[in-house]
Amino acid sequence: MTPSPIIEAHGLTKRFGKVRALDGLDLVAQTGQVTALLGPNGAGKTTFVSAVATLLRPDGGEIHVAGVDVCAQPKRVRQIIGLAGQFASVEPAMTGTENLRLVARLFGLGRREARTAAAEVLERLGLADAGDRLVRNYSGGMRRRLDLGASLVGRPRLLLLDEPTTGLDPRGRIDLWDAIRGLVADGTDVLLTTQYLEEADQLARHVVIIDHGRVIAAGTPDELKDRAGTNVIEVRPRSGGDLPAVEEALSRIGCEAAHTDMDTQRVSARVEGGADQLRDIVRTLDERNIEVDDVGLRRPTLDEVFLAVTGRPLEPTDPDSDPQPESADAA
Amino acid sequence: MTAVTKSATDVAAESPVVDGATGAHFITASLQSAKRTVLQFFRTPQLLMLGTIQGALFLFMFRYIFGGAINPGGGIEYVDFLVPGFLATGILWLGMPAATGVAEDAATGVHDRLRSLPIPRASVMFGRSLADTALTGWGLFVTTVLAFIVGFRLNANFAEVALALVVLLAAAYSFMWVFISIGLTSKSAQAATGTCTLLIVPLAFISAAYVPADTLPGWMQPVANNQPFTIFSNALRSLLLGGADAVGLGHSTAYWVGLSFVWCAGILLVFGTIAVSRFARRR
Repeated sequence: MTPSPIIEAHGLTKRFGKVRALDGLDLVAQTGQVTALLGPNGAGKTTFVSAVATLLRPDGGEIHVAGVDVCAQPKRVRQIIGLAGQFASVEPAMTGTENLRLVARLFGLGRREARTAAAEVLERLGLADAGDRLVRNYSGGMRRRLDLGASLVGRPRLLLLDEPTTGLDPRGRIDLWDAIRGLVADGTDVLLTTQYLEEADQLARHVVIIDHGRVIAAGTPDELKDRAGTNVIEVRPRSGGDLPAVEEALSRIGCEAAHTDMDTQRVSARVEGGADQLRDIVRTLDERNIEVDDVGLRRPTLDEVFLAVTGRPLEPTDPDSDPQPESADAA
Repeated sequence: MTAVTKSATDVAAESPVVDGATGAHFITASLQSAKRTVLQFFRTPQLLMLGTIQGALFLFMFRYIFGGAINPGGGIEYVDFLVPGFLATGILWLGMPAATGVAEDAATGVHDRLRSLPIPRASVMFGRSLADTALTGWGLFVTTVLAFIVGFRLNANFAEVALALVVLLAAAYSFMWVFISIGLTSKSAQAATGTCTLLIVPLAFISAAYVPADTLPGWMQPVANNQPFTIFSNALRSLLLGGADAVGLGHSTAYWVGLSFVWCAGILLVFGTIAVSRFARRR
């Protein structure tokens, strides 16, 4: 018997004024993995997480978390979820330990259990040394990790992470990724939203791309890349002066959309075939006496998948311009 | 017998398995919420100092700058007239940080986190109201000490002082729910500050808190005479200065005290309901 999916949503709709934040969203997230909800700003990611977290009531459709109906039994759902929202909502005037103990007590742990749980979580997130410092003296990355810890301290079955790494520097992001990977290894299911395809690619086994409140593609990162259809060939000539020649050569033998990236000194192009075509390309470049440092065939990135599915690029825009559901809620 | 056991297991198997956290009970959740607010206050020197300094400045200003020009009549010193009204309206000035604090928690995702936890949602705002009233109480205590330093003298027995304290804290507690409601319905801390100012200034000044109401323009007097901060001020004056007759307040001490409690109950009922339902609401 297969266990019920950790999240199962059907036909979810939610309007804020004229904005359809969710427009018939269907999503099934299985247990034992990270599910990433990927989409641009305003796609409905936060609205969906809020609905799962019992913070808002959908206008239509249904959601079950571990088989529990979120609309009918929100209290039971709250017992099995942990939420880390878009902001690090830990208290700056309290220490890391105090923050975690407070949330642990709210999850229903006794005083002693709360102390143990807080210490464990700090240790696992690499914050043990900072536990007695006030959070107002933490770096942004440390705050985010502590916030993740606060949602963990009640040992939830399902962790909801809404854009956990937005605004972090690369170091902070990698630390947080490691922390999230560790959780899944321990059997916590994770739903995370992100506008970074790399993040979904790095962390998730199941990626759901949403746009305008609807699912437009779902699958493993590999399946989604297959959906983009083509592989990408990348060539880096030894001399930058050969870049135009390489681009011309690739176009000549039938590669689509050859494109030169001056920053990385590479020419990339979509190719239909596999290794055969790679051999042709190498031979052509050889015939033309173009010396090559690197040539390879790679899978398309999720960025390219998003472009292929929606016809427009997915670019993280300025988070300040993100229309929050709250502001649309004014009426 | 066996059949009964079996069917019970079947039911358990069919219903979704929820192990998960038990969640804190109402009292624990309230106290944890209160603890956070209190720690936040005492560990943020700006918050701690701002209220105290502002209160002291206002007190000195009324006592020494305006005080000379104001004659409360009835042979009462202005400082004695002022301090009860100053304590009553202190509830307003000292309660404002509660509104901004609540608005800030709403905007920074603290409320979303709390609302996702397995706790009774009303406990969060209940804890907040207790903590913020305690902080207002702290501010009122500091004000009282300063009041004695600038020359305020009691004419009351122990029971009257105790009852005055009860009136003051009841008014502070009930009015705290107004500030919490403002915080919950504001989009940002700045917006909450704006709303509070629009509310506080008329309530504090169009009243008998700082000057006798009959010195106000005629059209203002009905407003001033019938709004809660005049009632609270007069209740405290009657209790602390030797009875309503000694202060020349027209009605008996029992009238002012009784009416104060009626106002407290009304405010608590209306704004407590607004705040709790607003916080628990699923958008």
